[in-house]
Amino acid sequence: MQSKFVQSMGLAAVVASLFAIPTAHAAEKIVKIDGSSTVYPITEAVAEEFQKAKKGAIKVTVGISGTGGGFKKFCRGETDISEASRPILKKEMDACKEAGIQYIELPVAYDALTVVVNPKNDWIKSLTVEELNKMWAPAAQGSIKTWKQVNATWPDKPLKLFGPGADSGTFDYFTEAVVGKAKSSRGDFTASEDDNVLVQGVSSDIGGLGYFGYAYFDENRDKLRAVPIVAKTGAPAVGPSPETVMNGTYQPLSRPLFIYVNATAGAFKPEVKEFINFYLANAAELTKEVKYVPLPSSEYAAVVAHWKSLKPGTGFGGVPEVGVKIPELLSRIK
Amino acid sequence: MSNQASVLDNLEEVRAMIRRHKFNDYVFSIIGLIALMIGLLTLLTLFVDLVMDGYPRFTFEFLSEYPSRRAAHAGLLSAWIGSLLVMIVTFLSAVPMGVAAGLYLEEYAPKNWFSDLIEINVTNLAGVPSIVYGLLALGLFVYILDLGQSILTAGLTLGLLILPVVIVATREAVRGIPVAIREAAYAVGATKWQVVLHHVLHYSFGGILTGVIIGMARALGETAPLITIGALTFIAFLPPSPITDTPPFLNFEWLSSGFTVMPIQMFNWLSRPDHAFHMNAAATGALIIVVTLLMNGTAIWLRYRIRKNIKW
Repeated sequence: MQSKFVQSMGLAAVVASLFAIPTAHAAEKIVKIDGSSTVYPITEAVAEEFQKAKKGAIKVTVGISGTGGGFKKFCRGETDISEASRPILKKEMDACKEAGIQYIELPVAYDALTVVVNPKNDWIKSLTVEELNKMWAPAAQGSIKTWKQVNATWPDKPLKLFGPGADSGTFDYFTEAVVGKAKSSRGDFTASEDDNVLVQGVSSDIGGLGYFGYAYFDENRDKLRAVPIVAKTGAPAVGPSPETVMNGTYQPLSRPLFIYVNATAGAFKPEVKEFINFYLANAAELTKEVKYVPLPSSEYAAVVAHWKSLKPGTGFGGVPEVGVKIPELLSRIK
Repeated sequence: MSNQASVLDNLEEVRAMIRRHKFNDYVFSIIGLIALMIGLLTLLTLFVDLVMDGYPRFTFEFLSEYPSRRAAHAGLLSAWIGSLLVMIVTFLSAVPMGVAAGLYLEEYAPKNWFSDLIEINVTNLAGVPSIVYGLLALGLFVYILDLGQSILTAGLTLGLLILPVVIVATREAVRGIPVAIREAAYAVGATKWQVVLHHVLHYSFGGILTGVIIGMARALGETAPLITIGALTFIAFLPPSPITDTPPFLNFEWLSSGFTVMPIQMFNWLSRPDHAFHMNAAATGALIIVVTLLMNGTAIWLRYRIRKNIKW
């Protein structure tokens, strides 16, 4: 008994000592992707099909560190592609610049941020951006507690707000579009990084209101009602749907989703190029399959042309912006 | 006569006291039973709920398929292989270190303030949140030692995480060996090392094993530290095989491979909008619980077997 134990201990020690030598990285073709969990389902679908098409000759890995976490790794040169549900910000641009990392910004799909209420809520037919602002602005904290306080014609029922946590790109975009300043929001709402928790919250509270990506509404149509949004006074109320996003009438809550490709000379690998070619060629179909909204084909053509030109940089200049058309965005990058 | 009456009175008093104490006894046993049931029933409800949600996915394909955008074809292959390989590294790093440290503290370390300090620290380490180990590992293993976001890094991280558990279990087991055994060994001229190796370690083996397996079961369910060091979510290939057909028949390239583990896959599926993915998550959860129960069951069985063979 004890001699066996000693033997196994000895073996363990030998193996442990082998760990001290980090093994050489094999020269295999691998595309490393990380970033936003919102963009993840699209990239997962593309990666799955790409590996099948290449019969495993090129390997693809995808992580979900979030848009911000993804850029941190990207600007350290640890990943080839970073997924983002908002454009790259100034401090991330600086980090990339410092590390000498050049990137190409590619919009790949749209998502409609969907404002939802409980199906039993019968007083809301549509919401204006001002009304949303009144509910979500930092000034509402502790003071706006009932629907009546937002609009006097609504009932005196408690207003329960649900939204994604402050680390989410969705939160950044919604606050930018509704409050006018990214990350500026009241803090006294139920926040969760898991959108299914938000679905649960709104569907079980008659006075509930929340926002998240369209796919989560689409899967829970029996439990939630999407509210049409009035962008400006006098404009018609438009509900979220693939059509209204593609024809540009669902404003200001439709947002583009991006991938950023590391295009630094020397780090720009041929397998990454191949993967992006495949991504852009199949994005329209696969995006629909995972319940996001594809770009119109003219916009995909513009993105492909931009990709072929290999022009590095961002069309945003590090400041988030709402409602920019993709062709215009791409034309800004010189 | 009066004397007899007082004795009888006294007897009544004593009986009343016994009744009262028996009643207290009974009340406590009920409270204990309720406490036990709350724990057990919670686990049982959770498990039954997971099984009911996930049972359509209990197929061979679920274990032999890679992740996919189609929930019905998405499987756990890369995740369970990843979990297994990470566990191997965790075992090989935590057990020799933990057992050696426990033996040193118990048998060799001089009793002074420095040993006390180490002791307090080891006990405290067991309570450090796992995310802290993840951050430590990110700095130490990934950046300073440049081991990458690999199986090796993950295994060493979880190894560190369960090290205090192994050390404490080893010390408890060693402390359970009667002093008479050691003295008997010394009396026939054994050296300290012989005493430790032939008697102390031998007899405490069952207890150490239990601690190790409980630690491993905890490591199996850990997510936070692995996400911190950069575990992947989508990985549709396996690490290079550890066993090759050419000498030396062993290949260590798998250590530097990227990986995912079962709890991470479960977390990803749970956060998807599509309800079909929630089924996959439930099936994964049930699987993790079954493996954990099996590991703990093995620990109990092994301890029983080993105890039975020890004859002092």
